[in-house]
Amino acid sequence: MSIPKVMGTEIEYGITVRNDRDFDPIASCVLLVNAYREEHASRILWDYDQENPLADARGFQVDGEKYTPNQQENIARNKTLVNGARFYVDHAHPEYSCPEVTNVRDLVVHEKAGERVVELSRQEATTLLPPGAQLLIYKNNSDRKGNSYGSHENYLVDRRTSFKQIAEHMMSFLVTRQVYCGAGKVGSENRAQPCDYQLTQRADFFETEVALDTMVKRPIINTRDEPHADREKYRRLHVIVGDSNMSEYTIYLRNGATALVLSMIEDGAIKKDLSLRDPVRAIKEISHDPTCRREVAMENGKKLTAVQIQREFLEMALQYASSRQVDDMTKDVLAKWQYVLDRLERDPMELSREIDWVVKKALIESFMERKGLDWESPQVQMLDLQYHDTRADKGLYAMLERQGRVERIVTDAEIAAAVTEPPHDTRAYFRGECLKRYPAHVFGVNWDSISFGIGDEPIKRVLMGEPLKGSKAHVEELLAASPTAADLVRNLRA
Amino acid sequence: MADTTQKQKPKRGGDGEETGTGEGGQKLAKKGAELKEEMDALVDEIDEVLEENAEEFVKNYVQRGGE
Repeated sequence: MSIPKVMGTEIEYGITVRNDRDFDPIASCVLLVNAYREEHASRILWDYDQENPLADARGFQVDGEKYTPNQQENIARNKTLVNGARFYVDHAHPEYSCPEVTNVRDLVVHEKAGERVVELSRQEATTLLPPGAQLLIYKNNSDRKGNSYGSHENYLVDRRTSFKQIAEHMMSFLVTRQVYCGAGKVGSENRAQPCDYQLTQRADFFETEVALDTMVKRPIINTRDEPHADREKYRRLHVIVGDSNMSEYTIYLRNGATALVLSMIEDGAIKKDLSLRDPVRAIKEISHDPTCRREVAMENGKKLTAVQIQREFLEMALQYASSRQVDDMTKDVLAKWQYVLDRLERDPMELSREIDWVVKKALIESFMERKGLDWESPQVQMLDLQYHDTRADKGLYAMLERQGRVERIVTDAEIAAAVTEPPHDTRAYFRGECLKRYPAHVFGVNWDSISFGIGDEPIKRVLMGEPLKGSKAHVEELLAASPTAADLVRNLRA
Repeated sequence: MADTTQKQKPKRGGDGEETGTGEGGQKLAKKGAELKEEMDALVDEIDEVLEENAEEFVKNYVQRGGE
């Protein structure tokens, strides 16, 4: 029996400062995250003791230096927010990791709330720059000069499901889901074949099939085995092969279909072998073909299009869903998945309200035609970049959304609420509420722990190895009965 | 090519309703004109917000790799 698909996303944003010759990305990131004003957040540590990014899911430990910043640096780079998210500096990029959620609707709400947090910070940070200088942020994944930054999804998976099984089935699923997950990109980079326009920002950067790395020689399947939960019971599949999506519909379908396929793997419901002969080659071939008709080589000698392979997964998912109780949201994901594949097969450009790469392509082509531009034109490259601009008045996706030209999944009110409100049905609720209620006494936070510093007493670390515990239903009474952090710690011990 | 893409179907579910009759043909032509107008409005709006000095802007947009 599959386990609930607790999930979240980690988005790294592009950052630049206009009119500043001395632009330093790291200093700008630190400025940005510290510009976000939540009263408590200035003093809380990110608890690196609990982290182990060098454990490999294939069962070994990789040599390498674990990153542990000193206290001052730690506080300057990490903000844990009252909505349960982490907003921080990762290398030379601002990153927003949304709180753990249990369903794709909440996932859309919280990923979008992250965009707001980043934009609010940008506005604040810009006021601290010298006159004329302007901080700009892009929710994309490439500078089109060979440098990429990530958009990672996380899914809770049953530890009893072997990693080999996950990797086997997810390989062809992840390589082919690009047809509805891509954020679109003008041109190619990183020594990939030249092209005018491609489905994804990231395909050009994947160079190997399975590995632990995320920064060099990027793998399609990442083996980082860091569950941020009870490691006897859980895995966290760290999907690094996606794009940063703007479209709510795309985000919804991306996470919805992926979570469903993972449940099916847990339940042994993937019966067909859809292995690709050369996934690293196929990922680029599929991305470089906006007609979605190109066939890729399968291990069994056949050739199929990405849409046909996705249809095989969809067929198995429909059968899976028909053999058990599924919730309405899962049914909705299945309906949208089918709707999208039907149109991709007929004419992908029919999805200019739903799927990011099509939305962007249609926008650019309209502009090109009227202006007599070609794909090499700097203005066309500017459109590509500006699609991802976080500013409401400059971002081209934001403009389309305002004009009702794209499909929505959630409301502005839900997104605004999620800026300060954690999800109610995961441990993110406990994390967020502790930050709201006991800001002066929260000492450190990690995904699976929160520690309290009360007076001269030793630091008390509360472990949260169960992502579904710490929900509102679980801790509401406890919190109500604990006016102070000292009360809480006492009540937890009792 | 671009004309066929962006705003062909502002509402879903109504596909295929207006086909066939002469009246339908007129409606289609009218719809076509409306679409063109809408496209023009969109391009104008993009024009307004698109960053100036695009060439320099995209050239200067350089990131360090992340993740």
